[in-house]
Amino acid sequence: MLEKAFHGSKAYWAWIIFLLIIIGIGVAAYANQLINGLGVTGMSRDVSWGLYIAQFAFFVGVAASGVMVAIPYYLHNYKLFGKVVIFGEFLAVAAVLMAMLFVVVDLGQPVRIMNVILFATPHAMIFWDMVVLSSYLLLNILIGWGALSAERRGFPPAKWVKVLSYIAIPFAISIHTVTAFLFCGLPGRDYWETAILAGRFLSSAFASGPALLIMLCFIMRKVSTFRVSDKAIDSLAKIVCYAMIINVFFFLCEVFTSFYSASPAHMLPIAYLFGGVEGATNLVVPMIIATICAFGGIAFLIFPQLRKNHKTLIVGLIAVFLACWIDKGIALVLAGFVPNSFEQVVQYFPTLNEVLVIAGVYGIGMLVLTVLYKITVDVRKSLDQRPVEAVDEDKMDEAMHAASSVPAAS
Amino acid sequence: MERRTFLKAAAAVGATSLLPVSAMAVSSAMASSGEDAQREEPGVVDTYDATPKQWGFVIDAKKIEELGVMDDMIGACNHAHNIPQTGDPKTEVKWIWAEPFENTFADMESEYMDEETLDRAYPVLCNHCDNPPCVRVCPTKATFKRSDGIVMMDPHRCIGCRFCMGGCPYGARSLNFFDPRLYLDEINPDYPTRTKGVVEKCTLCAERIDKGEIPLCVEASKGAVLFGDLNDPDSEVSRALKEAFFIRRRVSLGTGPNMYYIVSGGAENA
Repeated sequence: MLEKAFHGSKAYWAWIIFLLIIIGIGVAAYANQLINGLGVTGMSRDVSWGLYIAQFAFFVGVAASGVMVAIPYYLHNYKLFGKVVIFGEFLAVAAVLMAMLFVVVDLGQPVRIMNVILFATPHAMIFWDMVVLSSYLLLNILIGWGALSAERRGFPPAKWVKVLSYIAIPFAISIHTVTAFLFCGLPGRDYWETAILAGRFLSSAFASGPALLIMLCFIMRKVSTFRVSDKAIDSLAKIVCYAMIINVFFFLCEVFTSFYSASPAHMLPIAYLFGGVEGATNLVVPMIIATICAFGGIAFLIFPQLRKNHKTLIVGLIAVFLACWIDKGIALVLAGFVPNSFEQVVQYFPTLNEVLVIAGVYGIGMLVLTVLYKITVDVRKSLDQRPVEAVDEDKMDEAMHAASSVPAAS
Repeated sequence: MERRTFLKAAAAVGATSLLPVSAMAVSSAMASSGEDAQREEPGVVDTYDATPKQWGFVIDAKKIEELGVMDDMIGACNHAHNIPQTGDPKTEVKWIWAEPFENTFADMESEYMDEETLDRAYPVLCNHCDNPPCVRVCPTKATFKRSDGIVMMDPHRCIGCRFCMGGCPYGARSLNFFDPRLYLDEINPDYPTRTKGVVEKCTLCAERIDKGEIPLCVEASKGAVLFGDLNDPDSEVSRALKEAFFIRRRVSLGTGPNMYYIVSGGAENA
């Protein structure tokens, strides 16, 4: 099937070359970091993790969100997601890969990364993160590839594919739970040290991941022959909406607990995020944007008229995605270092070199995603061109809908 | 169950998970006066002690000020351990340094405190905790607790993930953001330099303790800092703590810091 990635339109190749250029720039920036050390980033003694680790946490979430398609399909036999579920799995593959790359580029001595296996340390959360992330990556590659191969031959997926799909569900929850445990088990980092962190991580993941998946489906409608049904999109959009409401609720729980108890250590990071502390205001504007996007996005998704209109739906999805990206992909990690161990507020600004490395990782993720999606779409296209068993999903939806709305028809 | 008993039990459960670590600490200890040397490879002497020690400091900041030894303490450490001076607070490497009261003991600061106590410089360094979070979070056991209580660092195994920096509530750890050799005016040939991308911190002069010597900063403090085994009730540090009122940094986090600071004047002010 891989050969399908090597046949494409001019636009496809232009996109691939564009991504390769971005990746090339990222690799050059990373080479600079390798040669000169992590001093070329904006990280410091006081803010010892920056955008790399924040982006890692965010993309573990995107990867975990694959279950929001898999659970309805595999556990509830929700047929509408039948054509989308593989895109969820391949999105998970690309996202886990990005998450792992963000960890690698963050290491001071990346060549020694195998020490994590050589001197496996079960009381370190990173060990477990490595275990669940690599398992989840492998699972999704196997499931996606197995399902697609079966589809190409016109068979239902093999039994092992189904079994692995069930196994992947708890793994998806675990990758993001363990990622939250990386942070919330650190003493004295008050913004992280909260029991609700894993819950917040999962809810924001289940909002941002499916939001991204819907946007990818819209892009595929434009640039490929694959047309996901409006109904599947609406179901996904409802999931995004519910998850985002829970995410905002969890965050407000955090705000209440911190400010009603008036615990200085818990109030300070939140005050730093939304108002700035001691002149450190670098995250205030992003957080105001995130807040507007969070509430605005929910409003766009909660009203059926706005949600079903794809123009307003896209606005809502972008808003939700951006809100989650700022909250988890930037603010979460940085606010954890406020205040530092000496009750001082130290700010962090990423350097250009750091941003280019991040762009490179995004490029690799998008390249993997493009190739996997291209193969899937082409496999389906060649199936549709066969005279028999070509199924138009929209028609199937209509048929299903008609069948369910007339239960007494038989 | 009494709270103290519970905490001890909890710590014991935590400690059992670290057992392999202490075993390794034993085999990788650098040198000195153990009895079981024949079990080890040549040149490596076992420092394992069946009755575990817990080295600690009793720091009298007032005396440090009176004697004017702070710079000597810091300087002796920096020179002996080849600690780079990057000249930038963002990337600096620090093993022992001075901080005012409001930063050292942020949770205890009060505007009604006498100015002398507030303005005084307090030496801060690794607390060689009873229950070190840095050891718990390290994914490669590059940092580990020795049987004598020293929280030790193996820079050759460190992958530079900086988890220990996030885990340490005392800011005691530094990453080599650049090649440290670029920032050394004069290299002490008796102590290794480090490479870029690894974390380092105070080792309590383990290399000296293993030879039966006291840490350099203690030596340079001319008596303002006492060093000894806190598990031994007759040690100098244990006796000093019985006689004076002392504080420790961020005790509520449960890390069990072993750097004790005598509050100005000692017993008469307690």
